[in-house]
Amino acid sequence: MPNDFPIPLPAPAVPLAWYLILSAILFTLGVAGFLFRRNIITVFMSIELMLNAVNLTFVTFSYRLKQVDGHIFSFFVMVVAAAEAAVGLAIILTVFKNRSTLEIDEVSSMRL
Amino acid sequence: MDGLLFLTFAAIAVGCAINLVLQTHPISSALSLVGVMGSLAVLYLLLGGEFIAAVQLIVYAGAIMVLFIFVIMLLNAGAEKRPTRRVVALWVSLPLLFTLIALAALLIESQAPKTEVVRFGGFSGGSALAVGRALFTSYLLPFEITSILILIAILGAVVLARKEI
Amino acid sequence: MNFFLISLIKTAVVLFALLTTLAYLQWIERKVLAHIQLRPGPYRVGPHGLLQPVADVLKLLTKEGVMPPGANSFFYLLAPFLAVAVSLVSIVVIPFGPQVEIFGVQTNLGLTDLNIGVLFILAISSLGVYGVALGGWASNSKYSLLGCLRSSAQMISYQLPLALALAAPLLLVNTLDFRQIVEAQGGFWLGFFPKWNVFAGPFPQLFSFVIFLIASFAETNRVPFDLPEAESELVAGFHTEYSSLTFAAFFMSEYANMVTVCCVATVLFLGGWQPLWPAAYGSDYAPALLFFAAAAALFYHGAQALKTRMWDRFSFPVFGVVFLLLGGLFLVPVLQPVLIPLFWFLAKAGLLIFLFIWIRGTLPRFRYDQLMRFAWTFLFPVAVVNLLVTGLLVALTSK
Repeated sequence: MPNDFPIPLPAPAVPLAWYLILSAILFTLGVAGFLFRRNIITVFMSIELMLNAVNLTFVTFSYRLKQVDGHIFSFFVMVVAAAEAAVGLAIILTVFKNRSTLEIDEVSSMRL
Repeated sequence: MDGLLFLTFAAIAVGCAINLVLQTHPISSALSLVGVMGSLAVLYLLLGGEFIAAVQLIVYAGAIMVLFIFVIMLLNAGAEKRPTRRVVALWVSLPLLFTLIALAALLIESQAPKTEVVRFGGFSGGSALAVGRALFTSYLLPFEITSILILIAILGAVVLARKEI
Repeated sequence: MNFFLISLIKTAVVLFALLTTLAYLQWIERKVLAHIQLRPGPYRVGPHGLLQPVADVLKLLTKEGVMPPGANSFFYLLAPFLAVAVSLVSIVVIPFGPQVEIFGVQTNLGLTDLNIGVLFILAISSLGVYGVALGGWASNSKYSLLGCLRSSAQMISYQLPLALALAAPLLLVNTLDFRQIVEAQGGFWLGFFPKWNVFAGPFPQLFSFVIFLIASFAETNRVPFDLPEAESELVAGFHTEYSSLTFAAFFMSEYANMVTVCCVATVLFLGGWQPLWPAAYGSDYAPALLFFAAAAALFYHGAQALKTRMWDRFSFPVFGVVFLLLGGLFLVPVLQPVLIPLFWFLAKAGLLIFLFIWIRGTLPRFRYDQLMRFAWTFLFPVAVVNLLVTGLLVALTSK
């Protein structure tokens, strides 16, 4: 890259903290989506976003410690997310079948 | 080059995540999530996790999200009807969100040593060989248990989504 | 910098060759189908219809693009380009030949050399479902939606036997890198029998090969698994509402998927660029002899052309001369290390593509429930058993 590039680019290596900050941002956005959206499926997708952010943290620390265990944990998180997605979407289908609505505010018959 | 790739794909990931939260139609949110997963796969490649990057694309982006899109199409989910957003909530929540992210960033920056950098090729232990070896030696028990977990999930999904005739 | 320049040149060459191949693959398909059905096929546009693809491209480019009312325009336009992008990307990991030296530059005949080549192909084929699913859904039409749901369900159902059939030869070669897989299939038994994976010990991968081919027929939506886009069933399935350039994109993505799958099968099962019999017994002259035989056939038929086919008297000898020159090209010693492995690879992949087209002209199509039942109750257990048997034999015979 030329030296007179308009914005200061980082050195060819990226500081490790930036990966962790990105993971924190994604996790926060996932929490925001989880709290503020009303469609069940979108809420579920925000959960998947949170899981992805956690995966990034695992892989980052695996790089830092120069061990492969972070990759293994990430792999298991993905497997569990797949199982959870399958069962969760089946539950969503059942909820839709019974109540014909996809808004979580309306699934409130067991609320105090 | 590493920095440019990281910045580009981190920007894409954050942009797609914001899009996920802001879009009204579930399909747009689902595709934004696919975008997040794709950019995360590239970031895993930069961190030396080639096996995890491939598995992310195969399992997450290629199977789980297809399942999401199937269900959205099946249920014919339309765009969310937005209630009138309370201005107070918006003016309070967004600055709080930024403050939370800024605090998290500051905390991370203060804890992480400045000399730790990520170079492409700095970690070569994320290959399929290394992951496979670890999976079948140190982590054999969790591996077998996840197979049972997946079996339970299959049974649960089939039972729950069955048509009651 | 040198590496980037070489990669750029290789990418340009491969892209150009691939796009031309895709256009002329359509001509080959129409000609082969026609001759199976005892009719001439495209015949008038250029000698024996050779300019038909050009005419088709011009037609598709100049057609009016109609978007159905109520269609989600962003996804309607995104879907075909997603399909094309995903299907063109997978050609990147396939090795076409060994490391050669062209004009003093050492380079692999192939675009990249990924450590996880096989996983990359699996990932890209998983992403191929999105083009189909989005295209059908965004068209806001009953036929498209039905076609896209059926097609995506079919694609993800057959991805499992595909992956299991892919995994079995990997047990024999112990690597995910395509180049190393091809190099592990070099050498000959008893001096003449090729050590391809289809014939390799301890368990010849014939079953894996057949399962892989069947699953890839379903993955690429080809007959006999093409119900989602059959004209008599669903108008045209998920690409009903697409016209002009977007339809061309879907068309191109289907052929590119077919080419990719044939190349992957060639590399994994048929030995990639390894020759059929050793070079010591003259396999280096096989391509030249083949082209000379084709030229001889063209000259013979050109001389015997009927009065109703006057054009053949002129065009056949011209093509005969072209083939003679091509055959002569294979005898040039400078070009031999590059052209001969390329010839073997393209011959094997071409045979598989011919098999795809041949089956299209021969077999009827499956009904949708038969298709899904076949995948889950027959192909998937057979693939699992095949993998188990391979693993068992490898474990028993390894030291």
